[in-house]
Amino acid sequence: MTDLPAAGAIPVTPSPSRSILETDARTRARNRAEARFRAYGLGALLVGLIFLVLLLGSILWNGMGAFTQTQVTLPIELLESELDPEGTRDPAVIGEVSTFGYNDLIEASLARVVADAGVQTELDAGDLTDILSSGAAAQLREAVLADPSLVGQTVTFDLLAASRVDGYVKGRVTRESLADDRNLSPVHLDVVDQLRDAGFVSRGLNLDFITGADASEKRPEEAGIGVAMIGSFYMMLVVLGLSLPLGVAASIYLEEFAPKNRLTDLIEVNIANLAAVPSIVYGILGLAVFIQFAHLPQSAPLVGGLVLTLLTLPTIIIATRASLKAVPPSIRDAALGVGASKMQAVFHHVLPLAVPGIMTGTIIGMAHALGETAPLLLIGMVGFVASNYPGGVVEGFTSPNSAMPAQIYEWAKRADPAFYERAWGGIIVLLVFLLLMNLAAVLVRRRFERRW
Amino acid sequence: MPLGWLFLLVLLIAALGYALGRRRALAGAGGNLRAMHSLPGAYGWNVAMAVLIPSLIMLALWTALAPFVLDRMVAPLMAGQEGEISLLMSDVRRVADGLVRLGEDVSSVQAEGLRDRLAEVGVAVGQDVSDATLAAAARYDVLSARSGWALTVLVLAIALGAAAWSLRRITPGLRARNEVETAIQGLLIAAALVAIATTVGIVLALISNTIRFFQVYPASDFFFGATWSPSFGGGSELGILPLVWGTLYISAIALLVAVPLGLLSAVYLSEYASKRVRAWAKPMLEVLAGIPSIVYGLFALLTVGPALLVVFGDGGLGWMQGGTAVITAGLVMGIMLIPFVSSLSDDIINAVPQAMRDGSLGLGATPSETIRQVVLPAALPGIAGAVLLAASRAIGETMIVVLGAGAAARLSLNPFEAMTTITAKIVSQLTGDQDFTSPEALVAFSLGMTLFVVTLCLNILALWIVRRYREQYE
Repeated sequence: MTDLPAAGAIPVTPSPSRSILETDARTRARNRAEARFRAYGLGALLVGLIFLVLLLGSILWNGMGAFTQTQVTLPIELLESELDPEGTRDPAVIGEVSTFGYNDLIEASLARVVADAGVQTELDAGDLTDILSSGAAAQLREAVLADPSLVGQTVTFDLLAASRVDGYVKGRVTRESLADDRNLSPVHLDVVDQLRDAGFVSRGLNLDFITGADASEKRPEEAGIGVAMIGSFYMMLVVLGLSLPLGVAASIYLEEFAPKNRLTDLIEVNIANLAAVPSIVYGILGLAVFIQFAHLPQSAPLVGGLVLTLLTLPTIIIATRASLKAVPPSIRDAALGVGASKMQAVFHHVLPLAVPGIMTGTIIGMAHALGETAPLLLIGMVGFVASNYPGGVVEGFTSPNSAMPAQIYEWAKRADPAFYERAWGGIIVLLVFLLLMNLAAVLVRRRFERRW
Repeated sequence: MPLGWLFLLVLLIAALGYALGRRRALAGAGGNLRAMHSLPGAYGWNVAMAVLIPSLIMLALWTALAPFVLDRMVAPLMAGQEGEISLLMSDVRRVADGLVRLGEDVSSVQAEGLRDRLAEVGVAVGQDVSDATLAAAARYDVLSARSGWALTVLVLAIALGAAAWSLRRITPGLRARNEVETAIQGLLIAAALVAIATTVGIVLALISNTIRFFQVYPASDFFFGATWSPSFGGGSELGILPLVWGTLYISAIALLVAVPLGLLSAVYLSEYASKRVRAWAKPMLEVLAGIPSIVYGLFALLTVGPALLVVFGDGGLGWMQGGTAVITAGLVMGIMLIPFVSSLSDDIINAVPQAMRDGSLGLGATPSETIRQVVLPAALPGIAGAVLLAASRAIGETMIVVLGAGAAARLSLNPFEAMTTITAKIVSQLTGDQDFTSPEALVAFSLGMTLFVVTLCLNILALWIVRRYREQYE
């Protein structure tokens, strides 16, 4: 910086202006450069913020649709002759009627509604049911099995519409996009339009998306993120239960007791590096150690939790050490001065004062773990696995399940716009959890943090 | 006895030990606290920890090692059978598990139709159960029941023995607190060593499988092969070069986006922005860092890709065939890295001493001249470290490239073509595959090894640079 430019390189400066009231050309140029540089900085910042707005806007715009679902309201005559010919009202007897039996009832009801509403169409009754979800019959069957007394009555049901119809009502599907679609034809949409005017087709809140299980590739309208949410929850329990005690213990040792020697150095360098190891490598570790070597069950939240524990441990250790370091030495000295042992000084005085910082670090570490996807793909928490609720607490840890981010990935892979909508909706749910966790971290920091 | 109950029982013994130890110490001193070396609780903890530590270590070791010993003992029964022994044994284990769930007397179960009955209790077996498998599974069940009993007896014996031994030692003069504190310190050290164990685990898992891979596939073909075309039928070509190229290309684009934007916004935030703007804009920018990468992946696949396709695709300039391409993944990854670069550079710029700025401004330089000619050169090593850390992030990023970059491995210069990366191929080679013996699956471990070594070198270098830089101004 003190190097003088070579003699020949000294620019020939025009003589400065004589008046201080009038800026000369060179000063003006420098001021322009200043303004430009400042504008570049502001521009870069704005570009970053615009990306943020675009990202969040794109999530909300695409994802809100997942929280509503199109339903077809049909009065269905639950014929005794079809469902329970002997009139026993015994669920075991009614249970023998498969979904095909219910399909006929739905078909008849739909045909009647279409005729009553005066809908003009050349489709026959069998083709008309294409506007309903293929899971509608199962939905009906479940309702009847839950309450056998319904048999023989005419009951009004809100049946799920097919995903294409749902997409049409939400504006995602158009007649052009259906031109060579095998599931639904534009003619169906004319029927949907007329039924909608007659009040049989409506769009309602879709709680099943938040509480439900994943559905197979043919039925995006039934897919929900609830089971994956439970998988994530059990994983977070494992992460919290292991990484908090381990992380705090390791930090206390490193910050308060560790002598300055090579082992300590090795551990410190190690932790700094582990924090920057790509997450997929942790997935390989989990696959090789927990599944290949220890034969723990594949796709289990327990294994996912173990992998994420190792992944968050460095984050928690770094945060805990920072908050232990922030406790002033006078606290330790005072404790030692009145006769406490080193261990008592740490556990009775330093640690309680560091708790807010540790909590903040832990919550942020867990939020990070909650959104992590890549390692979960390797231990099999992806695919059609989040299809059933776990039976109990133990099963919650060990039976195959997905997790929210892995479920989103699964939907993104299925290459059906209806599943894309679910994926965006899943992201909204995931981000709400992350937002709540980060808010909690901020609140804990604001409320309890002390500055000395 | 189920492990959970055994664990609770050990805890109960420890709790009892605590109470007895405390009482014994107090009784020994005649209730006079001043005659005791430590507080009464320390004596109690002394007993409790003497119970907990050895019995829980035993419990963990036995649970971890028993499956291997059982495998060893049962494997000879399957020796004469066709097929890979590891696959046979996994069948045996599954049937054994199923037999327990069926809850019938093992000696009376017939092999015929067993597969369907196992399926009913939720155990899926790959093929029909042979007599040999059934016999081995029955033997496995008998042995594992025996092992369970042996474990129960052993752990309880250790717990009770340790309790009795440590209770007998208690006298008021016993330095109980010092002993407890030594033990706690040992536990703390053990927790700190988990970090090392993780690294060792990563390295061992990668190395052992990489060696197995190089036994079935030549290492030179892997490192210098220019074709990547795995086929599970055999005859795959597994050259890493196209993947390395894709990884570097995408990372380079990401850095081209992230470094200028991140650096300039850091400069603006730390040197120009008013306090109020800074208080708002900095956290907003950091929101970008808190968003999980799966979200960016979906953003790349469904928003950025189609948007780029409108401009560069067949409707526009005609350079792009599909939405997933190097440019899509690179751009989105760049957005993800902006806050990473900017917050690291922010710290580094703030660490440049104010005196250097004041000196430059005092000589009449404008703020931008000061930044460009004084602050940035002084911060350069630190910024280089930050860029290296960002590069390591970009190379290891998975979800964005899995969703946004496409799946075709090719060596091409065109950023509008789909390419793939090391991380994306690790995912595709290992997802949904249970057989770890084929070169197509094992190659993922070698890819992981390569990734680990490269990012580790980058991280060590970057952390070293950043640390040296910080020391310079402290």
